Amino acid sequence: MTTTDRPEAIRVHDLHKSFGTHEVLKGVSLTAREGDVVAIIGGSGSGKSTMLRCINFLETPSSGGIAVAGEPVSMRADGTPSDRRQIERIRQSLGMVFQNFNLWTHRTVLENLIEVPVHVLKLPKDQAVARARKLLARVGLAEKEGAYPAFMSGGQQQRAAIARALCMEPKAMLFDEPTSALDPELVGEVLQVIRALADEGRTMILVTHEMKFAREVASHVIYLHNGRIEEEGPPDQLFGAPKSDRLKQFLKSVA
Amino acid sequence: MSGALLASTLDLLALNPPGWGATLLWGLWHSVLIAAGAFALGLGIGILGAYGKLYGGPVTKDLLAIYTTVVRAVPELILILILYFAVTDAANQLLVALGREKMQISGVVAGVLVLGVVQGAYATEVLRGAILAVPSGQIEAARAMGMSPFLLARRVTLPLMLALALPGLANLWLIATKDTALLAVVGFAELTQATRQAASTTKAFFTFYAAAGVLYLGVSILSSVLFAWAERRARRGQRPVSG
Repeated sequence: MTTTDRPEAIRVHDLHKSFGTHEVLKGVSLTAREGDVVAIIGGSGSGKSTMLRCINFLETPSSGGIAVAGEPVSMRADGTPSDRRQIERIRQSLGMVFQNFNLWTHRTVLENLIEVPVHVLKLPKDQAVARARKLLARVGLAEKEGAYPAFMSGGQQQRAAIARALCMEPKAMLFDEPTSALDPELVGEVLQVIRALADEGRTMILVTHEMKFAREVASHVIYLHNGRIEEEGPPDQLFGAPKSDRLKQFLKSVA
Repeated sequence: MSGALLASTLDLLALNPPGWGATLLWGLWHSVLIAAGAFALGLGIGILGAYGKLYGGPVTKDLLAIYTTVVRAVPELILILILYFAVTDAANQLLVALGREKMQISGVVAGVLVLGVVQGAYATEVLRGAILAVPSGQIEAARAMGMSPFLLARRVTLPLMLALALPGLANLWLIATKDTALLAVVGFAELTQATRQAASTTKAFFTFYAAAGVLYLGVSILSSVLFAWAERRARRGQRPVSG
């Protein structure tokens, strides 16, 4: 199949976002087709996390359009979503992984995984548990299902958080700097899990500081600077032959 | 001598008349009943009040601010007198004007309502603080996974804030058990009123007030045990704070 044959998973069109008078996003767009791995890179304050968080409306866009699986999100003139149930449905189809894991501390790992499948998606509990155990085995945490998050390492918590997102069987995954809060020696185990997901053809949008990793797994890379897309393209082009001076400088600074 | 004193004390506290033990226990039962009802009502008001104060519109916030300020500023005794006499009087005048029968509010219902309104004001503030202290990332994770606001409150925010709120709520419960004594002023037969009756009839003031004190102490100790258990349970999954 050529790229354009695959259906659109996520489309962001001319997205603007302001916090007060400060405009963080000044009109950014992206299209992720099914199976695409889009990496968003950029310096601190470039708006990359905000862009990701607008996709599932954790941040309310100021203007612009967002469509998930071809379905445009209905928004009022000020950017706030007009249909709470539509937003909830769309969020259920997007698995989000946070920088700080954000596992629920009052629930065990297994309870974290089955929470949304059982209580939101209304999956029978035994099916949810079976699905969760399979995923925990996949991320190497089969032994940890009864553990509480506070008693696990950052790398284990993040792998559990990825399994929790997968347990909803999402159409796409959103990663918001998934390794930034980890000790250096724990980064590898989390990247390995994310790479395996990319290899099996999952659609994902990944905000990251791991340039080498982005180059290896991404099918498309977006470089954000001051709320605008400064440069984008296939990873080899962006990392191998950057055109803009800003990107050249940025790559030098993070190398 | 001391044997005779003990015997007469036991006679006074005996469960069967002419002993007053049953009267005291009946009063204790009423006190605990009212305290439990008022605490539960206060908890309900507190949850709604805390969410209203945090996420409500400007009018809701203003009304709740008036409620918590006034109720916490005015002595409970005066609130009880106002609510018990003035409110029932006003309600009855309204009923008569509408051509209905006057109503008779039972002591338990009045006690629960009055103390519940008082408890609700304090609980609103306790719970508001606890909700604010819940790590925002855990709430965000629930939103990101498509939980509705109601489910999010029930499954994530409220259980997480409970660990933070329980010490404050335990205080409120103990205050509730003791505030029931104020209902004696409206002639309600809770523990203090029953004690006063027993003491003034027998003139054994010390014996009965000491007995009442022991009963209140017993309620307090039992409550501490229960709240400690609840707090341990609510804090499950959290690392113990050391040092």
